[in-house]
Amino acid sequence: MSKKVSQEQYEKTFSYKFRQWLDGTKDPFLDTLEMKRQEEFHEDEEVSRQHDEDIRQHVQHAYDLEHNAEVKIFRKIYKVFCVLFCVFLVAMLLEAVSELPTFGEPDNPVNNEVSERYIEKGLQETGAVNIVTGMILDYRAFDTLGESHVLFIATCTVLILLRVDKKGSRDLSETDDRSHEPKNDVILQTVARLLVPPIFLFGIYIILAGHLGPGGGFSGGAVIGAGLILYLNAFGFAMTERFFTAKTYRIMSFGALACYSIAKSYSFYTGANHIESVIPLGEPGAILSSGLILLLNICVGIVVAGTMYTFYVMFRKGGY
Amino acid sequence: MDFVRNFPFISIILSLFSGPLSSILSGKWAKRINTAVIAVIGVMSACVLAYVAGTGEEFIYYMGHFPAPWGNEIRVGELEAFMAVFFCIIMLLCMLGGMKERLTQIEESKQNLYYIMVNLLLCSLLALIYTNDLFTAYVFVEINTISACGLIMIRQNGRTFEAAIRYMIMSLLGSGLLLLGLCFLYSVTGHLLMSNIQQQVRLLTAMGEYHIPLMVALCLMSVGLAIKSALYPFHSWLPDAYGYSTVSSAAILSSLVSKGYIFLLIKIFYRVIGFDIICESKVIHVLYVFGIMGMIMGSVSAIREDNIRRMIAYSSVAQVGYIYMGLGLGTEAGVVASIYHVLSHAATKSLLFVAASGLTDASGGSVRFKDLRGAGYRHKLAGIAFMVGSLSMVGLPMFSGFISKLLFSQEAVGHTHKMLPTLIALAVSTVLNAVYFMKTVISIYMPPGEEVELAESRNIAMREQPGKSVALVCFIILNLIMGLNSEPIIHLIETGLGMFR
Repeated sequence: MSKKVSQEQYEKTFSYKFRQWLDGTKDPFLDTLEMKRQEEFHEDEEVSRQHDEDIRQHVQHAYDLEHNAEVKIFRKIYKVFCVLFCVFLVAMLLEAVSELPTFGEPDNPVNNEVSERYIEKGLQETGAVNIVTGMILDYRAFDTLGESHVLFIATCTVLILLRVDKKGSRDLSETDDRSHEPKNDVILQTVARLLVPPIFLFGIYIILAGHLGPGGGFSGGAVIGAGLILYLNAFGFAMTERFFTAKTYRIMSFGALACYSIAKSYSFYTGANHIESVIPLGEPGAILSSGLILLLNICVGIVVAGTMYTFYVMFRKGGY
Repeated sequence: MDFVRNFPFISIILSLFSGPLSSILSGKWAKRINTAVIAVIGVMSACVLAYVAGTGEEFIYYMGHFPAPWGNEIRVGELEAFMAVFFCIIMLLCMLGGMKERLTQIEESKQNLYYIMVNLLLCSLLALIYTNDLFTAYVFVEINTISACGLIMIRQNGRTFEAAIRYMIMSLLGSGLLLLGLCFLYSVTGHLLMSNIQQQVRLLTAMGEYHIPLMVALCLMSVGLAIKSALYPFHSWLPDAYGYSTVSSAAILSSLVSKGYIFLLIKIFYRVIGFDIICESKVIHVLYVFGIMGMIMGSVSAIREDNIRRMIAYSSVAQVGYIYMGLGLGTEAGVVASIYHVLSHAATKSLLFVAASGLTDASGGSVRFKDLRGAGYRHKLAGIAFMVGSLSMVGLPMFSGFISKLLFSQEAVGHTHKMLPTLIALAVSTVLNAVYFMKTVISIYMPPGEEVELAESRNIAMREQPGKSVALVCFIILNLIMGLNSEPIIHLIETGLGMFR
């Protein structure tokens, strides 16, 4: 037995709305969301034609091929030689690689007393369960010290190239950035709100557990940097500049690198002069173990995270 | 253990640490720190030199608690310590000579970044000099490359950006080849430490195993470092990079950066592969031929230049050619001559760059020869310094360039196959050098023509540019010392090379 309902009542039920939605007669988002018509991008033909013409003229100006036989011949020869050279190089390298010892054989030259000691005594001598971390931050810490300064100097070079310091152009790049950036995108903000805290936590975990399992300062720092970039994209510079400015970066990277240099200098100095280091190795597997490695991992992580974020900011706006 | 043995390590860490420290300081303080650091490191290296010369033997310094092959180590001999002292002196003088230009040509807010680059460059040079481990060398080659790029493009105009991009591409190609060679070497020997690799290489050559990978590794490393030090066919990045960057950058790049790579190559030849194995291989002849070509073609390009800075830059190509020619002779004395030329070129080329900037200052900033006429009268000290540098480059007795040419030809005379081409190339190159350097010297001492705008050019007294004057005088003295009193230096290089074994 079905119950008879009036048209008015029927229109309020879920099934009616569902039916309408299926038929497409009603837009479910009508009156509920504020909709704004998207402006489609139309290429201005005049402008693009002008642009092409400019390029053509520039190229012609630079390489007047018709009147300059030298350039013309050079280009042809250049292509031929490129191909020949590449073929030669590839053949030479393939030949050389085929002569190398087979990968993974037990009696290869690389399986010598060096790697043996890393594997057998690594845990005992460095206190790090993760042998790779023990290698890069204890056995060969000098190389890693250089490597983290590579990151630092790369950031400095990007600062030289892209940082905008003049007052007027700074404002210009600011407005430029604001007009291209999607502002307050609800989807992005909601997702970022959910994702950013776990990303940070995960990055911190990778850094802190670098000596216990897979991970370490480089990978953890990259994760944190990615989280910072996501946060910046969702909420804009106004929000990130509350806690991360150029000054923050400077002090952070200086602190981390200084800490690294001083800690490692101590260890180099005591090692070379055969003085007993006072830093205990601790219980392998515990979070506070393996001497300086935890501290060094944190330093490297800070440098890497700052570097990634700074690169992004520089390429986008040219300043914090 | 004597405390002096810590000095090489302290100087590396000090220069490394001063980089990040400069990033939180203002430009003014960064400059002071930079000068202090270079001076302190120079003094410390001098102490090390005295110590090593006193004991008469090299020493090894562990970087950490583990002995090498497991940990890192640095190795200090007489030649290494001497190179460190010399590089510090040159760098200090270059920085002094370009002080005023840096203030005007670099944005004020980026001043401290310049000193970060210089500090880390010094650190990487020291590490390249002292290291006993190929991978450490590679890491510091990276720092060296990036900081050199920064030094080029910090004076921001279109030409320097182009030059920096070109430098970066070529230099990264060089680094890539070096790394590739290193990988080959590692997979056939299983070591990264120089002395252990040499042991293994000797064993492998004696048994005749892995011949091709060894040769390919040697080729890749030689070509990689040749690209980075601008050997003739790979020199296309050089003229712009030296010609348009700020003066102290150009002087440092030409006299130190490329020399650091050459020193690393000599180290690889002696300590990694073994010099007798190198001499038996064909690589040495290729380097010899390219060196000879560079000596002539570099000078020809320099003659065609109308821009004094670019002319000096092209002259570097010729001088790098000399150095590789000496290496290519394949004898111990040839290498000694090459190292002497490394030193003499470093002292002379930085002198020329600084003097040329003084001359252009007196001619309203123009680098054209037409506007430079009479500049020697307007800026007297720079004129004299430029003349000294030119005479040294041409190879007149009394100056350092003469000694290195003498050493080269002395060595070539005893050589069976390479005597004639070497002597001919030396003669031709000397004449070509004389053509373009004497042309410049004559033109700066000609009375200015009527077409020159006299309003732009002005007289500059020595007191106006105290930094530059001091630097120029020191450079001239250094050149004269190396020209008049070369015996102890040559002796030092010989004993230092003996320690490389």
